[in-house]
Amino acid sequence: MSSGATAENAGSTRPADIKAVPVRHPGRWVAMVVIGVLVAMFVHGAFFVHVHRGTLRQNRIPWDIVRKYLFSSNLLHGAVLTIELTAIAMAIGIAGGVLLAVMRMSVNPVVSGVAWVYVWFFRGTPVLVQLLFWYNISYLIPTPEKLTLGVPFGPAFVHFNPNTLITAFVAVSVGLGLNEAAYMSEIVRAGILSVDEGQTEAASSLGMTRGMTLRRIILPQAMRVIIPPTGNETISMLKTTSLAYVASVPELTTAASRIYATNYQTIPLLTVASLWYLFITSILTVIQYYVERYYARGSVRQLPPTPWQRFRTMLTTFHAPPPATVALTGRVGGAP
Amino acid sequence: MVLAESVHKRFGTVEVLRGIDLQIAAGEVMTILGPSGSGKSTFLRCINHLEKINAGRLYVDGNLIGYHERNGKLHEMRDSEVVKQRAEIGMVFQRFNLFPHKTAIENVIEAPMRVKGESKSVAVAHARALLDRVGLLDKCDNYPNQLSGGQQQRVAIARALAMKPKLMLFDEPTSALDPELVGDVLDVMRGLAEDGMTMVVVTHEIGFAREVGDQLVFMDGGVVVESGNPREVLANPQHERTKAFLSKVL
Repeated sequence: MSSGATAENAGSTRPADIKAVPVRHPGRWVAMVVIGVLVAMFVHGAFFVHVHRGTLRQNRIPWDIVRKYLFSSNLLHGAVLTIELTAIAMAIGIAGGVLLAVMRMSVNPVVSGVAWVYVWFFRGTPVLVQLLFWYNISYLIPTPEKLTLGVPFGPAFVHFNPNTLITAFVAVSVGLGLNEAAYMSEIVRAGILSVDEGQTEAASSLGMTRGMTLRRIILPQAMRVIIPPTGNETISMLKTTSLAYVASVPELTTAASRIYATNYQTIPLLTVASLWYLFITSILTVIQYYVERYYARGSVRQLPPTPWQRFRTMLTTFHAPPPATVALTGRVGGAP
Repeated sequence: MVLAESVHKRFGTVEVLRGIDLQIAAGEVMTILGPSGSGKSTFLRCINHLEKINAGRLYVDGNLIGYHERNGKLHEMRDSEVVKQRAEIGMVFQRFNLFPHKTAIENVIEAPMRVKGESKSVAVAHARALLDRVGLLDKCDNYPNQLSGGQQQRVAIARALAMKPKLMLFDEPTSALDPELVGDVLDVMRGLAEDGMTMVVVTHEIGFAREVGDQLVFMDGGVVVESGNPREVLANPQHERTKAFLSKVL
């Protein structure tokens, strides 16, 4: 096992293991003390009753009220709405982003120009203004009960009533999604550009069309670059959905604000909302970890074990040191 | 099989190819030697239209590459037609360019299934035969980064062969390999040549050019300086430029 030793001199000439005095890290102790004091201050302020000149002062977070509202139906319903808005907006954002990125990189100057203008416009205006615009779009339509889509002055394709079709929920989810598409398109484009030119050449030389190359060869490799910022965008979107209050959609923040508007318990209700946001973000983070792992196939020789796998190894082989890696293809040992 | 008539190629204002006239018969192996920047790789890439030529004509198997000629006028081919031409010409790259997110066998079956519409069972059977031929049957399920350079290049050769090409182009296939691994790749190429594959090989492997090549071309500055039987050219170069080059690499 000892590397570097040849068969002849193995064992006989092997020097003893090095037992050196480790480097001291005084900075770690200082940091620990400073952080410890700060944490103690926070815990004291947030969880303990204060006594000021003999009288009880209620200047802490009232956890009993937090507990009372944590699972209240209004806030649970708000959390569900928040998740729905995030999911729909991100679905529109990712689909639109891929489409825009591909358009932007098209050799057709009209198509690429359209994508450029779209990104320019939606990144250049505040998302709040865009949401208000979509919510109030019926004011722009001369006959709000009947909107017609078709060639101007020519045949009409469809008629619909914008007031029933564009509900507040639709306006917000589509509005957020269209805005997100502009940002996602730049993320997708960065991912596509990160893939080596040789991949396109190899695919072309095999007779694959450009569309096929993009779908089968380029995008799967671009995913590695696309996933982390997309996770970031999703978590950001979770919080951005709170802008839905402009359209009176009772998502998490709006639901909380409606309650504290009547009982003045602002801090406890905002704490409840924050706890839910933190909880959903934690789940999204775990999902992102596994998606990233999936797309890492072929780019790292062996995937590191997941925290769960490491935990299980720790339980089963309690005293033995855990293995450094878990084989990706099911066979241990990598490249020759 | 390949006919080049006065092929010119410009990149901006730089003339990379300045009139290449070559002919390669079916079943022949042509090796192209030359210093870097002589245009040999560019010429190879013109043959399967990865680069568009600016003047001259290039034919593969009697068909003009990249254009239709009707009534003395050239019409650019549609993408779908260029793709069909490329599917019949295999290419092996210096940097292998395997698809890193696919295993060795997935790399090989991708194009036959997607481009030719072969069923998975047919494609897999053919791919296994090809990987066996390049000596890598036991590496079917390995990802490219679990393979050595020489093994990757042999998978790349199998991937190109899976399309049953009538012509194979090799762009410095051993230049990125450890010296130890070059032999395995050259052995595979030698086997291909013995089976009658038409090959154009840009290389620095003089030994391979001498033993396997039917025709040797020495290029410099975008033109063919000298060509002929490899043993004669290598033993007795006529041109000063060829002599200077060979004196350094031999």
